[in-house]
Amino acid sequence: MASHLTSRREPLVRMVKRDSIGRGKITLVRVLAVLGALITGALLITALGFNPVAVYSDMIKGSLGGATGRIETIRLAIPLLITSLAISLAFKMRFWNIGAEGQILVGAMAASYFALFQAENLPRPALIAVMALPAVFHAKWGTNETLFTLMLNYIALRFLGYLENDPWKDPNLRGFPKIAMFSNAAKLPKVFDVHIGWIVALVLVFLVYIYLSRSKHGYEISVVGESTRTAKYAGMSVAKIIMRTMFISGAMAGLVGFIQVSGADYTLTETTAGGTGFTAITVAWLSKLNPVIMMFVSFAIAVLEKGSNKIQTTFKIPASAAEVLTGIILFFMLGCEFFINYKLIFRGRKGRVHG
Amino acid sequence: MGKIIDMINAAVLAGTPLLFGTLGEILTEKSGNLNLGVEGMMFMGGVSGFAAAYLYNISAAQQTSGLIAVIFAILGAFAAGALGALIYSFLTVTLRANQNVTGLTLTIFGTGFGNFFGEHMAISSPGGFAAVDNTVKAAFGAVDIPVLSKIPYIGKLLFSYNFMVYLSVFTALLLAWFFYRTRYGLNLRAVGENPATADAAGINVTRYKYIATTIGGGICGLGGMYVVMVTCSGVWVHNSISGLGWIAVALVIFAAWDPYRALIGSLLFGGLSIMRLYVQLGIPMQIYDMLPFVGTVIVLILTSVRQSRQRSQPKSCGTNYFREER
Repeated sequence: MASHLTSRREPLVRMVKRDSIGRGKITLVRVLAVLGALITGALLITALGFNPVAVYSDMIKGSLGGATGRIETIRLAIPLLITSLAISLAFKMRFWNIGAEGQILVGAMAASYFALFQAENLPRPALIAVMALPAVFHAKWGTNETLFTLMLNYIALRFLGYLENDPWKDPNLRGFPKIAMFSNAAKLPKVFDVHIGWIVALVLVFLVYIYLSRSKHGYEISVVGESTRTAKYAGMSVAKIIMRTMFISGAMAGLVGFIQVSGADYTLTETTAGGTGFTAITVAWLSKLNPVIMMFVSFAIAVLEKGSNKIQTTFKIPASAAEVLTGIILFFMLGCEFFINYKLIFRGRKGRVHG
Repeated sequence: MGKIIDMINAAVLAGTPLLFGTLGEILTEKSGNLNLGVEGMMFMGGVSGFAAAYLYNISAAQQTSGLIAVIFAILGAFAAGALGALIYSFLTVTLRANQNVTGLTLTIFGTGFGNFFGEHMAISSPGGFAAVDNTVKAAFGAVDIPVLSKIPYIGKLLFSYNFMVYLSVFTALLLAWFFYRTRYGLNLRAVGENPATADAAGINVTRYKYIATTIGGGICGLGGMYVVMVTCSGVWVHNSISGLGWIAVALVIFAAWDPYRALIGSLLFGGLSIMRLYVQLGIPMQIYDMLPFVGTVIVLILTSVRQSRQRSQPKSCGTNYFREER
């Protein structure tokens, strides 16, 4: 253990925190990171015996090439955007809400209830407070919210399975149990060929942006995120802030469920959430929790997802490629932050800046 | 009596992947790394262990030896889990990325990785699905120990499992011995509790974090391989891990970071997941399937309500250590 004491030379690489870094340089590092991720993906595609250029261009063609592709891509981006907005509220507070998947399902179940059994009334956005539950426990006893919210995902999914098999089963259907399609009254109207969810999403981007950066609540959220002690010292009720924010976050994710069942699928299935809750975490983090950037990132991820469906049909490459690529991109983005915050100084070369 | 023994038997079989995941995460967290990527590492280990055995199986065809297939599966699974953990360590220890987000990303990546390569193998195989043959399946089946397995009740209760079950129990005992009886174990615990102090005492914090996290990931990978090779009997099933990794993360809290208690915890949760087949409570199947998850929530709440200082998470867990910013 003491062997290193004998050599007291300057280490090969030293890390020094940067005082400041230009915006241009930050953008450059991030662009390089995305490029690096795409190249890594290309290597993977090559290893499987495909031509990466052909695969990537097919992805772009499938998601942005034609009108149908574009509409489909936007439809994928809508739930992603709203969910990441919802998640960002909690993440800003350092409350690791990874239960968006379950919150979407609960919202979808509530909306479906209205659509199936109260068809004459339009389904109202279901503001469900399930998510207030982990927040209550977290605020009071510090219960691990990550796992709590996550377990609720599985519980919601099982409950949906129960509804599908028994009480809500479509009586007119034989064979595999399913929930009936919604009547026309319960479907969301369309604007420019896409259901009005996209307008809702854009309005929410604006509202969340204002809420986080211009309101007292938003300020409280960022203080709690930085340090709960500071928040307490400043006389804020941390428990109240956590519960309030999680309620809003959960309700927004629930809204996604409503939009999905009545705008996109017209019925409720176990794949209604389909991983959106998890992908949205990526979107929120890649956007640095900035609602405006989230619009672009969620669109980019939607391109990736739609493109992966396309390459599955063209090249027989499994659609899970989308998740793998998102994972790789996020790994690179997480890693590149280091080069934004620190600079490396190599031995013998005075002040050489890397990255 | 026979029915109870059957049930315990099934609980052990269902609890083993949880045990691997829990043990791997305990080792990881002892070094102060909170790796939420257990689910992802299990997927990676599951698909790679399966792929190693499957590809060997295809190339050897009639000459397939069960033992070699097992060795391939173990090595493949361990290596893939360790690779996932290595990415995690590089990002959090060297590049100082946020542990929570890195772990979640590892889960997203690993889930995609597993399903991607699993489906790829299925699509490329002639029958449209990838499965190992009976020789390999038998190698992952119950062992038959002469005499011992024949003892009434006891034989079935203790000596009738596949080798992976014994491997998981052995891993638990080994880890307990390592944590509580060796100097390296003590050093590792010091790193997890207070890296600055450990650093001052001359312990190489970075090396400990890397090694513990990587081996921990490998152990998680074995859990994933168990799911594919034993639970799904050697067939790649889409989304086969489905939440087991997350239950394992919760079980670490239940086990209070102690390998012995991890044995009890995984048996208990294994029991919850198979109870439906043995005890009729007159509730719908899907509601019954919620039990392990509801149980986890209850455990989380109870442990947080009565916080005890001895049985708590290693102090530095979740925060990265920067020597320069001590």
